[in-house]
Amino acid sequence: MTLDLAQFHDTFFAESFEALDSMENALLKLSAGDADLELINTIFRVAHSIKGGAATFGFTDVTAFTHTLETLLDQLRGGKRRVDATLVDTLLRSGDLMRAMLVATQQKQPMDKVQVSALHAEIELILATPGDSPTVMVPALPAPARLVPEETRSGWRIHFIPGPKLLRHGNDPLRLLRELATLAPCEVRVDAKWIPPLSELDPEECRLSWRIEVNGPVKESAIKAVFDWVEGECDLKLEAFGPAADATVMVPALKIPETPEAAPPPIEASPAPRTNAASTQAAASAAAAAALPSAAAGDGGSIRVSIEKIDELLNSVGELVITQSVLSQLAAPLEGHDAEELRNALGQLERHMRNLQESVMRVRMLPISFVFNRFPRLVRDLGQRLGKKIELRLTGDTTELDKTVLEKIGDPLVHLVRNAIDHGIETPEVRLAAGKSAHGMIELSAYHKGGNVIVEVSDDGGGLRREKILAKARERGLVGADEELAEDRVFNLIFAPGFSTADVVSDVSGRGVGMDVVKRNINELGGYVQIHSSPGKGSMVRIRLPLTLAILDGQLARVGSEVYVVPIVSIVETIQVRAEQVNSLASRAEVFRLRDDYLPIVRLYELFGIEPQHTDLLDGLLMIVEADGKRVGLFVDELMSQQQVVIKSLETNFRPVVGLAGATMLGDGRVALILDVPGVMSRFQSLETRRSTAQQAA
Amino acid sequence: MNTAHHGLESEPEGTIQYLTFVCAGEEYGVEILCVQEIKGWEGVTRVPYTPPYLLGVMNLRGVIVPVIDLRLRFGLAQRAAGGSTVVIVVRVRDARGEKTAGIVVDAVSEVYSVAPDSIKPTPDVGSVADAACVRGLTTVESKMVMLLDIDRLVTSCIGAPERP
Repeated sequence: MTLDLAQFHDTFFAESFEALDSMENALLKLSAGDADLELINTIFRVAHSIKGGAATFGFTDVTAFTHTLETLLDQLRGGKRRVDATLVDTLLRSGDLMRAMLVATQQKQPMDKVQVSALHAEIELILATPGDSPTVMVPALPAPARLVPEETRSGWRIHFIPGPKLLRHGNDPLRLLRELATLAPCEVRVDAKWIPPLSELDPEECRLSWRIEVNGPVKESAIKAVFDWVEGECDLKLEAFGPAADATVMVPALKIPETPEAAPPPIEASPAPRTNAASTQAAASAAAAAALPSAAAGDGGSIRVSIEKIDELLNSVGELVITQSVLSQLAAPLEGHDAEELRNALGQLERHMRNLQESVMRVRMLPISFVFNRFPRLVRDLGQRLGKKIELRLTGDTTELDKTVLEKIGDPLVHLVRNAIDHGIETPEVRLAAGKSAHGMIELSAYHKGGNVIVEVSDDGGGLRREKILAKARERGLVGADEELAEDRVFNLIFAPGFSTADVVSDVSGRGVGMDVVKRNINELGGYVQIHSSPGKGSMVRIRLPLTLAILDGQLARVGSEVYVVPIVSIVETIQVRAEQVNSLASRAEVFRLRDDYLPIVRLYELFGIEPQHTDLLDGLLMIVEADGKRVGLFVDELMSQQQVVIKSLETNFRPVVGLAGATMLGDGRVALILDVPGVMSRFQSLETRRSTAQQAA
Repeated sequence: MNTAHHGLESEPEGTIQYLTFVCAGEEYGVEILCVQEIKGWEGVTRVPYTPPYLLGVMNLRGVIVPVIDLRLRFGLAQRAAGGSTVVIVVRVRDARGEKTAGIVVDAVSEVYSVAPDSIKPTPDVGSVADAACVRGLTTVESKMVMLLDIDRLVTSCIGAPERP
C-alpha cells in the first residue's frame, strides 16, 4: 500500500513556516540575553520536527542541513556550548536559510546550493571547535545531571517496540532506522513473532519490533532524538554496552522529561550546588510551568478555516439580517396583544442577529502581532548594519484587524520602520552629543479608537527637518518660492512621489520611492496617514485604518430611483448650493465657489445615464468629495441615512466597473452600488474631454 | 410539469436534458445541468456603462449576480415584467472559472431529453439569436426549440464593451 504523501505537503510547509517564526522569536529573545532552557528547547524542537517532516517527505537537502543544525542545537541544549551573539546570528541565518530551502522545495525551484553549503560548512566549523562553557560550570553543577549514566559509550542496544497506532499516525519505523544508521553502523534484527495470522492481520497496525545494535560512540540524547517523533507511541529500551557502562536505562514510552539529563543553562548558575536530582527536576518543572502560560497565550488552540467558508457564513448572516428586517417591517402595522408580543420577540431576534454578525466578523480578525512579529528581527539587523543602537517597543500587539487589512499593512509598516531607523534614529555618537541616551527607541503601537484601528510608528530620533523639506519642495517646484505652508502640509510633502531629502542614497532608503507608495497603499485600504514631528525629539507617523475591509461607513444618496453608497471617508461636506455660487466656465463646464476654491460640479445622473428627480442645481444637494487631493461637488437628489454596509464584489460574477467600488445589500434586500470616488472623477474627466472636443468640432 | 417523456426506458447515449423557456413566442433550451435555480422577477439595480441587455445586478443570497434580458440581447422589444416572468439562474464557465448569472425570460416551459442525433445545425437565416450562441435546433412535439450555448451567451454579455 502506498500512501500519497503529497497531500500532506501543504500542512507540512504551513506548520514549518509557523515553527520557523517561533524559532526566530525565541532566538531574538535569546539574543536579548534572555537565556532560558525553554527557549533553547523551543528552537531545538523546531529544527527537529522540520528535520523529521522533511525526511518523511524525502526533502533530503533540508534534512541534511537541519540535521547538522540540530547537532549544534543539541550541544546548546546539553549546556556544552554557550550562547553568544555570533552563535545567535548564525542560528538566525540558518532559520532564514531553512525557510528559503522550504520555499524553494514548495515551489519546486532549485535552491541556492552555494549558500546552503557555505552555511553548512560554517556550522560544521563551529561544531569542530569545542564549546567553552562546561569546563568552568561543571564543578558547580555536579552530580544531578550525571545520575543518568555517562552519555557516550562505545555502543547501544536498543529494543524498539512500536505501539499499534504508530503507522496510523504517519510514522515510518524504517525512517527511524535509517536515521539511526546515520549516527553509527547499526545491526538491525526484526522480531516478527507477534504477527497474527493473515485473516486477523490489520495492515495499518504495526506488530513488528526491532532490536538494534548501534556500534559506535553515540550520545544517548542523539538516539532519543531519533525517537522523539514517536514519543509515547512505542516502548523503547536503551542499554549501553562497551567499556564505560553497565547501567541499564529503562525509558517506558519515553515520557521522562529530558531536562534532568540536559544540564541547566550555564548562565543560570545557582549559588548553592544542587545535590540531588529531585531539586533539579523541581526547578526544571517550575521553569516549564512558568513558560506554559506564555506559550498558551501564543497559540491558544485554533483551527485552520479557509476564508471562503467564513465569507459564506458572513453572507448567510447578512441574508438573515435582511430577512429579520423584512419581518420587523411586516410586524410593524399589526395590532393587538399578540402583535405586541411578536414585536418584542422580533426585537430580541434583532439583538441576537447583531451579536451573531459581530461574532462572524470577528472570525476574520487576527491580532496585529502577526505583522509586528517581523520587526524585532528587522530592527536588529538594520541597526547592526547601520551601526545604530536601537530598542524596539511593541505595544497593543493583541489589537485585532481584518485579515485582508493585516496582509496589506505589513509592507507600508516595514517601510516606515526602515525610514525611522535610517533617517530618524541618529548614530550613538550624535545621540550622546545631543544629550540623549545612546540607544534609540522605536515604538510600534496599535489601539482601537472609535471604530478604527490606529497604528503608530514613532522614533526618538532627530525629527523631520522642516526647512530642508521645504527647500527641496521649492527646488522641485512643488511649492511656490514665496509660499509659506502650515506645519502639517510641509510634512505631507514627503508623501509626494519621488520626494527625498536624503543626502546620500543608501540601499536602505533615500531614493524617494516609498512614502508615496505607503500613502497610496493605506488610502487604498480606506485609511489615512498623518505625521507629527518635532526637531531633535523624533517623529511619529499615525495610520488610521478601518477595522475591516468587508464593511464600509457609507452615506446613502438617491439619484432618481437609484440609491448609491458614498464612502464617508471621501466626503468633505454636503451643501445646498446657491445660485450666485455657480459659474459656467468656457460656456460648458460648471463650477461653483466654495469659500476660496472653485470646484467642478459632477452631475451624477449625467455621468451614469439615469433619470434624475432634479436637474436644477438649486433643488438637489452637492456632496463635496475628495480623492487624490482633488475635490469636486457631486450633484445628487437627496441624502438618505448613513450606515455601515457590507462590501460585495461586482467582479465575482460580473466585472469591475470604473467608478464603482462594489455593491451592497440594503435593509430591504435591494442592491445598491458603492461609488469609488477617484473612479468617478476620472469618468468625469473623460466626459469633459469628450464634450470639449465635440464642441471644438462643431 | 411534463418531464422527459421521450424514451425514458432507453435513452440513446449522450442524451442531455434541456430546460426550455419561452421568449417572444419562441422556445429556447438550456442544458439543465447549468441551471442552478429559477427565481421570480424581483427587479434589479442598474449598473452604469453597461449595454441595455445587461439589466443590472441582483442579490442572490448575499452574492451580486448580473441579470441579462434575453429579449434585448436578441434585439427584440422589451416587455414589462409580468406574472410569469422569471429569472433562470445559471452557472457558466469562462476563462477564469465559474460565474453565476440570471437570465430574464417570459416564462419557463418544459424539461426535454434531447438525443445528440436529433440536434440539427442552425440555419444561417430565420433566427433572431446570434448563431454563435445557439448550439443547434431540435424538434420536440413538432415544435422547434433553439438550444443555447449558455456559456458563450453569458460570457459574451458580461464581456461586452462598455457603453460610453
